[in-house]
Amino acid sequence: MEIASHKMSNDISPALLNIPVDETTARISIKNLNFYYGANHALKNISIDFPDKQTTAMIGPSGCGKSTLLRVLNRMYDLYPGQRAEGSVMMGEQNIIDPHQDLNQLRRRVGMVFQKPTPFPKSIYENVIFGVRLHEKLSRAELDERVEWALTRAALWGEVKDRLQSSALGLSGGQQQRLCIARSIAVRPEVLLLDEPTSALDPISTLKIEELVDELKKDFTIVIVTHNMQQAGRCADQVAFFYLGELVEVGPSSQIFTAPRERRTQEYITGRFG
Amino acid sequence: MADETKHIVTSFEADLKKLRDMIAGMGGLVERAVADAVTGLIEHDPALATRVVEMDPQIDNEERAVEQFAVRLLALRQPVADDLRQVVQALKVITDLERIGDYAANIAKRSLVINKVASTFSLSGLGQMALLVQQNLKSSIDAVGEADPQKAIAVWRADQMVDDLYNTIFRELVTYMMEDARSITACTHLLFIAKNLERIGDHSTNVAELTYYAVTGQSLPDFRPKGDQTSAYAHSSAD
Repeated sequence: MEIASHKMSNDISPALLNIPVDETTARISIKNLNFYYGANHALKNISIDFPDKQTTAMIGPSGCGKSTLLRVLNRMYDLYPGQRAEGSVMMGEQNIIDPHQDLNQLRRRVGMVFQKPTPFPKSIYENVIFGVRLHEKLSRAELDERVEWALTRAALWGEVKDRLQSSALGLSGGQQQRLCIARSIAVRPEVLLLDEPTSALDPISTLKIEELVDELKKDFTIVIVTHNMQQAGRCADQVAFFYLGELVEVGPSSQIFTAPRERRTQEYITGRFG
Repeated sequence: MADETKHIVTSFEADLKKLRDMIAGMGGLVERAVADAVTGLIEHDPALATRVVEMDPQIDNEERAVEQFAVRLLALRQPVADDLRQVVQALKVITDLERIGDYAANIAKRSLVINKVASTFSLSGLGQMALLVQQNLKSSIDAVGEADPQKAIAVWRADQMVDDLYNTIFRELVTYMMEDARSITACTHLLFIAKNLERIGDHSTNVAELTYYAVTGQSLPDFRPKGDQTSAYAHSSAD
């Protein structure tokens, strides 16, 4: 009987317990979002909530708009002329796509990790505190503490604590990716965006990142773009399926992967597409 | 599932079809076992009844083969959505079919005993019940093969009539036993046979429910239409 009661309620993700995603409050709430690359209408009237302290996975074929949506969430499109967004992307009281939005402040609140690890050619320590230095004035001791905190949260501390001053480029691909996650969370964002974070990693490193995602969502709201359907099923509480710039269906991952409502979702996830 | 859109991976499509065919094959065996068991009883044919008893291990082997194949599909293909529901349905349907096979074998064994104690009862009530049960069994297996939720619902509704017939037969046999204590052995066996048929009906209903879920993604309600509210017989001993 001891074994049967082993921490069941803590270990199972809400999706598996069939807890409706919308019971929690939305950290980011998107209403009628349209996005254009010049004349190309890349996102069409998207409305979706990203619930607080939950993981949302975005799936869909290449070019469906999921990475574009991720780029909207931290205003990365601002770097390119001719790209514009319309609608509302509310994080608390602020509309992220409001032209008057303070971008530095936004990017502190919304961290991002890319497909390929992007360590700076600096020491492991410098990589982690790079963003922190931009936003906060901290003492050496506080910085040390923050580095340890971020690396521990990113499940990398044990592996690098004795070589914090060596170059980040000497780490393995999986370690570099966890370092990038540590760098993103070091500024203590509210939302963490992951754009195919494991597509360049081996299966074990992939599982470590997935474990990390489960761990991190206790503190952060996570949005992950992935081409790996099983990964979406494993890590996400809610899954959104995009196709040709439209949000076809969004729901708890257990529902999407057992009984999707939309025929297009079903065809895509079962491999009967196009 | 009878889906117009083909899977991109042809061998996966072929695997799913093979799974359907295996269940249809096992379903065919089970249908024959029930039909032969009933014929063996009604026509007093011990040879046929013996064959049904001997068939049971073959049904068990089929169950294991489908189970292994379905587990392999889960492990290697990681099916989702309707594909996943189809594989899960297969795993559960074969358990029901195997159980139906057991009941058929049990009917056959009891009919062998009844043949020895000369019985003078009319078996027409049982025959009628058996006919209905066989129709439902066939429809439920067809519903699996054709992925037809309407057929599944029809079976699900029709089980009420089987329960009603069972209750009638129950009363009839109890009356016989009260009239003549010497009939108790034969009547008890007939009672168990009726109960077995009633259970076969319930398992056919399960198969129909599983099919409805596999095809639509929705579950049928927990309660089934039950007719005879005055009788506790079908209810009290059913579960």
